[in-house]
Amino acid sequence: MALLARLVSLVVLLALWQGVSAYADMRTLPPPSAVLAFILREAESGPLLFNVGVTLARVAVSFVIAMSLGVLLGIALGRSRLADRLLDTPLLVVLNTPALVVTVLAYVWLGLTETAAIVAVALNKLPNVAVIMREGARGLDPGLEEMARTYRFDRRTWIAHVLMPQLQPFMVAAARSGISLAWKIVLVVELLGRPNGVGFAINYYFTLFDVTAVIGYSVVFMSVMLALDAFVLQPLDAHVRRWR
Amino acid sequence: MSAAGAEREGALLDLRIDRKVYRRARTEPVEAVSGLAFSLQPAEITCLIGPSGAGKTTTLRILLGLDRDFEGAVTPSPEQVGVAMVFQDPRLLPWRTIEQNVRLGLPRERRARDLDGLFESLGLTPWRSRYPGALSLGMQRRVSLARALALEPRLLVLDEPFVSLDDAAAAGLRGLVVGTVAQAGTGILMVTHNVGEAIEIADRLLLVSARPARLLAEIPFDRPRDGRDRAWIESTRAGLADRFPAIIAR
Repeated sequence: MALLARLVSLVVLLALWQGVSAYADMRTLPPPSAVLAFILREAESGPLLFNVGVTLARVAVSFVIAMSLGVLLGIALGRSRLADRLLDTPLLVVLNTPALVVTVLAYVWLGLTETAAIVAVALNKLPNVAVIMREGARGLDPGLEEMARTYRFDRRTWIAHVLMPQLQPFMVAAARSGISLAWKIVLVVELLGRPNGVGFAINYYFTLFDVTAVIGYSVVFMSVMLALDAFVLQPLDAHVRRWR
Repeated sequence: MSAAGAEREGALLDLRIDRKVYRRARTEPVEAVSGLAFSLQPAEITCLIGPSGAGKTTTLRILLGLDRDFEGAVTPSPEQVGVAMVFQDPRLLPWRTIEQNVRLGLPRERRARDLDGLFESLGLTPWRSRYPGALSLGMQRRVSLARALALEPRLLVLDEPFVSLDDAAAAGLRGLVVGTVAQAGTGILMVTHNVGEAIEIADRLLLVSARPARLLAEIPFDRPRDGRDRAWIESTRAGLADRFPAIIAR
């Protein structure tokens, strides 16, 4: 039933798009059929798959870096008052620095390199992860902590059976919000300083005023990210909540 | 202060708290305990009774070695004695099964031990692979008791173990605790508000004053547990209420 509702809304949206595009200029709003034709053509004989692959790889690497550092940082902030006091201000500064500024500075300081691109994406996402994880680490159940101390849980047991299960919902939330943030930022990073990837391609077609190509690329990449959320992150979410 | 028996021979554990003060920044220091000493014997049920907020939980925390900031001594140390605790709220890991909850309470090298008999005796066998959320409070307390008993402790500490259970569940759990003393010779310290229940099963009552907690009296019962009928419990209770009106209501 839920799936049906989703399909219906998608079909209505496509029909609306098709309808409106009939009255619009082909160059400003191409119909869905033209976009689909572009996607197939670009996938078959153009660099679409290569560009999507390159961008996905950048998202993946910076996602892993930002998640692992952000989780560690967040736990430290949530567990230690001193760490929180020392690092709260720098964290707020990075959190409120525009993605564009972080990106430009990364390219200036590290050169127009792959490393700079990945650092820029990871740095943009890391504070979000840290803030979400800090909330998780602050909210640990004191009753369970006391139980773990009374029963002399060793460190490994405590981490695996007391700490991590309480943090898992926060990690999944951080991952889901983080992945959508990462893919939006990665396009800007590519547009500014990479010779390939979806962001580069969109910028290239923008200079040609090829709206069909711009929409085509964004539809493909959006679909990939939605699929990732629906088939990887949501099942993961359901898995960590199974005991409820 | 009655320190009777504090240095008795063969005691499992001697506890002496001369003073315990809570100091927090920007608030007046609060004296929680001043002069509380008792010793716990094997195969004996000791009930600690006192008004709410009297520092009973503080006393338990010190006894368990969770709080070391006090004047006094616990000898031998809780690690050496082998103490297990049953908390009032069962404090199970909701994301682990009943069986995992019980096994995780054991040190790593003993986790694989055979627990069939324990689960069977507590009526938990059908629930082993379920999560705590699927169980009633009474059953969760049983799991909490199973986790403590799996350690085969020499001293078992229970904090209000029968509170907010229906009569049948409370009686069932009480029977299990009393059975443990008879079978394994475990020493038991139980904190309770229920004076009738304490008189029914205790070998000894420790009456504690309002904060700061002080030992008011140590009351041993010689009558065997199965000889304690309603009438005897009521008259004992009435007698105590006359002597300690501040602690025991009529």
